Amino acid sequence: MAEHATALADHDVHDDHEGHVTSTGISNEKLAMWVFLGSDCLLFGALISTYMLVRRNVGDGPGPEEIFDIPFTSVSSFVLLMSSLTIVLAITALQRGDVARNRLWLGATAMLGSVFIAGQVYEFTSFVREGLGYTTSQFSSGFYTLTGFHGVHVSLGIVMLVVLLVLSLRGQLGQDKAEAVEIVGLYWHFVDIVWILIFAVVYLIP
Amino acid sequence: MNALSLWLFVFGGLFLNTSWILGGAADGGWFSYVPNAGVDYSPGHGIDFFAIGLLITGIASTVSAVNLTVTVLNMRAPGMTLMKMPVFTWMVFVVQLLLVFALPVITVALILLVCDRLFGANFFDVTAGADPLLWQHLFWIFGHPEVYIIVLPAFGIVSEIIPVFSRKPIFGYPFMVFSGIAIGFMGWGVWAHHMFVSGIGPVSVAAFSLATMFIAVPTGVKILNWLGTMWGGRIEFTTAMKYAISLVAMFTIGGLSGVSHSIAPADTQQTDTYYIVGHFHYTIFGGGVLGFFGGLYFWWPKVFGYKLSEKIGGWNFWLVLIGFNLTFAPMHVLGLQGMSRRIYTYDEGLGFDMWNMVATIGAYVLAVGMLLFLWNIYWSTKRRHQQPPVGPDPWDGRSLEWMLPSPVPEHNFDEVPTIERLDDFWYRKYSVDADGRVSRLAAAEEVAQKGDAQNVHLPSPSYWPIALSATMPIIGYGLIYNLGLLALGILALLVCIFGWVLEPSTEPGGHGHDDHGDHDGDSPADAAAAPANEEAPVG
Repeated sequence: MAEHATALADHDVHDDHEGHVTSTGISNEKLAMWVFLGSDCLLFGALISTYMLVRRNVGDGPGPEEIFDIPFTSVSSFVLLMSSLTIVLAITALQRGDVARNRLWLGATAMLGSVFIAGQVYEFTSFVREGLGYTTSQFSSGFYTLTGFHGVHVSLGIVMLVVLLVLSLRGQLGQDKAEAVEIVGLYWHFVDIVWILIFAVVYLIP
Repeated sequence: MNALSLWLFVFGGLFLNTSWILGGAADGGWFSYVPNAGVDYSPGHGIDFFAIGLLITGIASTVSAVNLTVTVLNMRAPGMTLMKMPVFTWMVFVVQLLLVFALPVITVALILLVCDRLFGANFFDVTAGADPLLWQHLFWIFGHPEVYIIVLPAFGIVSEIIPVFSRKPIFGYPFMVFSGIAIGFMGWGVWAHHMFVSGIGPVSVAAFSLATMFIAVPTGVKILNWLGTMWGGRIEFTTAMKYAISLVAMFTIGGLSGVSHSIAPADTQQTDTYYIVGHFHYTIFGGGVLGFFGGLYFWWPKVFGYKLSEKIGGWNFWLVLIGFNLTFAPMHVLGLQGMSRRIYTYDEGLGFDMWNMVATIGAYVLAVGMLLFLWNIYWSTKRRHQQPPVGPDPWDGRSLEWMLPSPVPEHNFDEVPTIERLDDFWYRKYSVDADGRVSRLAAAEEVAQKGDAQNVHLPSPSYWPIALSATMPIIGYGLIYNLGLLALGILALLVCIFGWVLEPSTEPGGHGHDDHGDHDGDSPADAAAAPANEEAPVG
């Protein structure tokens, strides 16, 4: 009986690499991030649907065709997408145990994210100058809320990256903690993928 | 994370309730339909408090839902496969998934409302071309799963109580689990039956009517299985069991009146009448509250180490049940007679007088029943030392929690048990031979753990979750009154995040670095699971 039980236990339980036993084999932190991202999908789903509903109602204000500067936004989108590459480099560096490279790429990712945010701030201010205030029309409210929310997500990601950098500088982010970077990476990739969707829906689809 | 979700919930609730003294409560009804809840028709700050308070408690619920989902998926004892979990755990798991996916939708709706009210956005401004149905759709996509979020845990509780007091295993365990999952899934496809009179078009009405009829099927499966569990059992009518049986009966009534809503023409007649009020009280009260009371009586000895008085419990139960039926059954009649909801008075001679009087009497009976429950807690607590100690297993239970001493020690299991089958604890006490005869193997006290382990590692306590949660009301007040305060709140929030993540941990391998901060607080099971690692040999 006891043998049977341990065989069962052996079958069902896998060790994750940190040595804790979890039933699925994925560490708790990583699984939590996946569940949270699933939840976040619905958040952006609802926001994007709302935008789709309101985007034609431009009222007296300027409409999307008149105001969007697609080359500019393409460049800032490219910057954001490149940050997905740098965070992968940060993860693999730490997995190899290369703490210095890890710091470099974490910093680069945070920097690229900040450039994207700066671009968004510039974009918003120039739109406002051109007469598209937050309260101008349904379209403007929807646009600022959707892209603003994405901006808040990117900013939160930058906060996480800075936390990782601080931990690294204090010597608390060694090779054994590579998974922490990987989890932040999951979040960062998610935010990027959402941006691809938003960029397509908001800027590219006429 | 446990601490964070608890304190967020507390501060969100406090924030919501400060609206009583800061200019009045929300005046939009519980679903706050726009444009009625817009700033034109509700100029006070009540709805702002309502929306922001709900956002904060929504964050709390999301954190806790993520936490519990991971706990169920990842922290099961060795041998505890998903299909050996108690039905209660299953139902709570389904509810967490509903929360994970329903809360972001209401979050968006509330954010849009707050933007509209405080910053002049135009999401719900009909003059700017808004579709007033947007709020209704977003609200009910959350709102209908929400009613299953309320009722499924009660179903789980009842599924634990009935087998224990029928002396039989649960009838059709896999059906019980899958019907719960089916309810969880289908709960997403019925939201628009709240909106049949909102002009959503005949195709939508037909589709949602069908879905509403279908969702009655898994619910019926559950009721059949509860009856099947009791059938031929040796039933003990404890207070917990009475509540459980009453749930089966009352929820059946609520379910049947619910199916009548799927007939769209009838629903058109019933919408916003007392019929609806009667219906949802039979589901939420008859399905939720009765189950929760049963759970309180059932697990009270496990949590506090003494039983509640069964004698007062009997009075409490019968008064609640009779008062509940007197209050809400007449509402069906009133509704069909045409009395609409949300009115505080009506003219004489409309034929409403008699049944309203019955409902009023019922409400008083119900109130007395509820007060008796509080009296029961007081009375039983005072006499707890005069009772014999309840021991680990006062009800001859089936599931693992009865293996622990009552009250449960802080570290819960001394040693994580290895699970072989459903109702593992029961089969450690009894054996069943081929003819179905039951014989006792061991007394509960012999099987139970002592609760005296000294070496179990508990997570180190931290003040940061409270501090972090306390920044939320500051942000809320800032949004309503003063943007400077808002900036201060966000700054404090950032300080708390950094403080929490960088806090030195006593545990060498236990530092979390994602946005949820420190995962040390996840669950004592985390630490308790560590010894099990050595028990499972490789290969």
